[in-house]
Amino acid sequence: MNSTKTNGFGVLTSDLALKIDEIIQTYESNSTRLVGILLDIQDIVPKQYIPREVATYVSERMNIPLSKVYDVISFYAALSDVPRADYVIQLCDSVVCKVTGNTILRDAITELLGIKEQEATADGKYWLEYTPCFGACDISPAMRINGKVFGHLTTQASVKAALDQYK
Amino acid sequence: MKNIKIKIDNIDLVVPEGTTILEAAKKININIPHLCYHPDQAIKANCRLCVVEVAGSKKLTPSCSSYVFEGMEVQTNTKKVRDMQKGILELILANHDQDCLKCLRNGNCELQALCQRFNISKTNLEDTVDALPLDDTNPCLVRDSAKCVKCNRCVDACQKVQEVHVLTHSHRSIHYNITPAYEMPLEETFCVFCGQCAAVCPVGAIVEKDDTAKVWDAIYDTGKHVIVQTAPAVRVALGDAFNLPKGSIVTGKMVAALRRLGFDQIFDTNFTADLTILEEGNELIKRVTEGGTLPMITSCSPGWINFIEGRYDHLLDHLSSCKSPQQMFGALSKSYYAEKTGIDPKNIYTVSIMPCTAKKFEAKRPEMVTNGVQEVDAVLTTRELARMIQSAGIDFTGLEEDQFDNPFGIGTGAGQIFGATGGVMEAALRTAYEVITGKGLPSLNFTEVRGLEGIKESTVHIDGLDLKVAVAHGLGNAKVLLKQIDKGESPYHFIEVMACPGGCIGGGGQPIKSTMDVKQKRIDAIYHIDEDLPLMKSHKNPDVMRLYDEYLGEPRGHKSHELLHTHYHSRGMKYNFSELMKQ
Repeated sequence: MNSTKTNGFGVLTSDLALKIDEIIQTYESNSTRLVGILLDIQDIVPKQYIPREVATYVSERMNIPLSKVYDVISFYAALSDVPRADYVIQLCDSVVCKVTGNTILRDAITELLGIKEQEATADGKYWLEYTPCFGACDISPAMRINGKVFGHLTTQASVKAALDQYK
Repeated sequence: MKNIKIKIDNIDLVVPEGTTILEAAKKININIPHLCYHPDQAIKANCRLCVVEVAGSKKLTPSCSSYVFEGMEVQTNTKKVRDMQKGILELILANHDQDCLKCLRNGNCELQALCQRFNISKTNLEDTVDALPLDDTNPCLVRDSAKCVKCNRCVDACQKVQEVHVLTHSHRSIHYNITPAYEMPLEETFCVFCGQCAAVCPVGAIVEKDDTAKVWDAIYDTGKHVIVQTAPAVRVALGDAFNLPKGSIVTGKMVAALRRLGFDQIFDTNFTADLTILEEGNELIKRVTEGGTLPMITSCSPGWINFIEGRYDHLLDHLSSCKSPQQMFGALSKSYYAEKTGIDPKNIYTVSIMPCTAKKFEAKRPEMVTNGVQEVDAVLTTRELARMIQSAGIDFTGLEEDQFDNPFGIGTGAGQIFGATGGVMEAALRTAYEVITGKGLPSLNFTEVRGLEGIKESTVHIDGLDLKVAVAHGLGNAKVLLKQIDKGESPYHFIEVMACPGGCIGGGGQPIKSTMDVKQKRIDAIYHIDEDLPLMKSHKNPDVMRLYDEYLGEPRGHKSHELLHTHYHSRGMKYNFSELMKQ
């Protein structure tokens, strides 16, 4: 009931819709757990984001206005409303990583993959973004790729070794 | 209720428990600056302009969200308070497009007034207007986020009052903004263009799309015969723009001003409101006696039509097939009137003065065409008419009263009350009762359907039939009645829905600051006009009856069907998820 004009679907398939139904079920369709629901859904949407048609589907299934769902998506850095990539690279933006040199880390990625923050590689494989501290200060500077944490990334070689695991 | 003794700026006063500091201060003529506070809305407390000092508290206190307590001592004008308020204003201004001369709200802007009050002309902060693209691709409203002060009044109107849920706040920190989901332009959302957001915006971030230039061009075009119709709700609100007391009835002055502006003929939409009653009343009688889809719902309010065509498109059979009075007038202007005057419909330029932004959308619907031309060429809101009058240098308050022209100049009281919630229902009942029973009404006034209660209902005994009727104003209330229909539990035969709270007198195109108090005054004025009119029933309108004799034949006849009725259709806005799941 909150949807808007469209000619067919770009991302949503019946298969994906059924999986979304399952996720919503797991959270007992509880609107106060919307963030968790959206995070789980984002993980199974290709390019790891919540497109409008998916947000609309969630809003109808859970009877929450689309505008509210979007408010939540846009509020949290962990949720994206634009397509990212197969592998989402997150750099910690907190003080500890800054002190231990996360700019070197960022520059290494930019050199290796040719992307800056909030950008995806042309093949849609990698996306780079900053994120709040994910608690890896002991091994900083650190990054996260699709949720897996890599630390002590002080050289370009160490960054490359981590990236090479995702091809 | 308990009374509380407090002191504001060393003035003693007693107010009921549950009063906010801001409201209490207003009672002793202290206007604490504010932007997000609105008397008809929930407390938001996000602009922080209304801060005051409360004895015993080190921090400044927002007065809009703080309730009085016994012995409270408030200072509203200390250096600390003023410095803070000035600082907040400068910050807001630094992120606000300051090209005031280009803004439709110039001279009528709450931010501008506050800056004047605090003597701020230009902030010494660096300007950082970080805005979304201008949204001006729909025919009704323009949203300019460069002017938005993020007060959230529009969000309140869209979500809580209308329950349309298009506008929301989104993102956070410096990216915080007011937008539809996924920053879609309004016409690609379920927006109904009711304009309630524009009516509460303190600045020029949401305004009506200005069509005055188009109308001036038509007036100056010697090849065009420019006629104008004025809706019943305009004449009780236009005076606001000229500082007349709220609820002033300015029908005569409005007609005089329109004549001075250069319109060739000035007509009354009340005439086609009467016509609507004859068509709609007969449709209702037919549905009740011959077993048509019930309840039948009125179709005069284009915001309401956009709503049902968008979200509840499976219930369209319940809508009356009648066009709105605006479009009935438009259709007649390009047919009956053209024939009567011998003017080519192509050279007739029909303007409407409406309290409504959605009427602009309605006029542009592709099916609203008669004799190959658009029925209504331009729609001006009450605010736009006021601007034209001001622009022409007409001293409105000094004008001598003038009268509507014929053949669309006579409107009955029934047509007049279309402007207030419950009015269409009452007008329809006045006619339906007499048509069905052949007897005069015991009392003319169906007071149960009047007033500002959200949903009103009544039962009318007509010749052995208990006709159950309901009236809703504000789309949130309409939704309640729709859900009943959806469940098959609606007990009603006939429902009137007006998209805007209070009906058309509270329309999104009415002068700014139409609070509930003001709406009540306009409603009183509408019923006052009704009582003063010699004719109070639509079927007693001699010109309407002449129109049927000369031209239309009978209500719901062939000609009527062609000109005065239409088909409502789905806006096709929904994702078809059930179709997807079949794959």
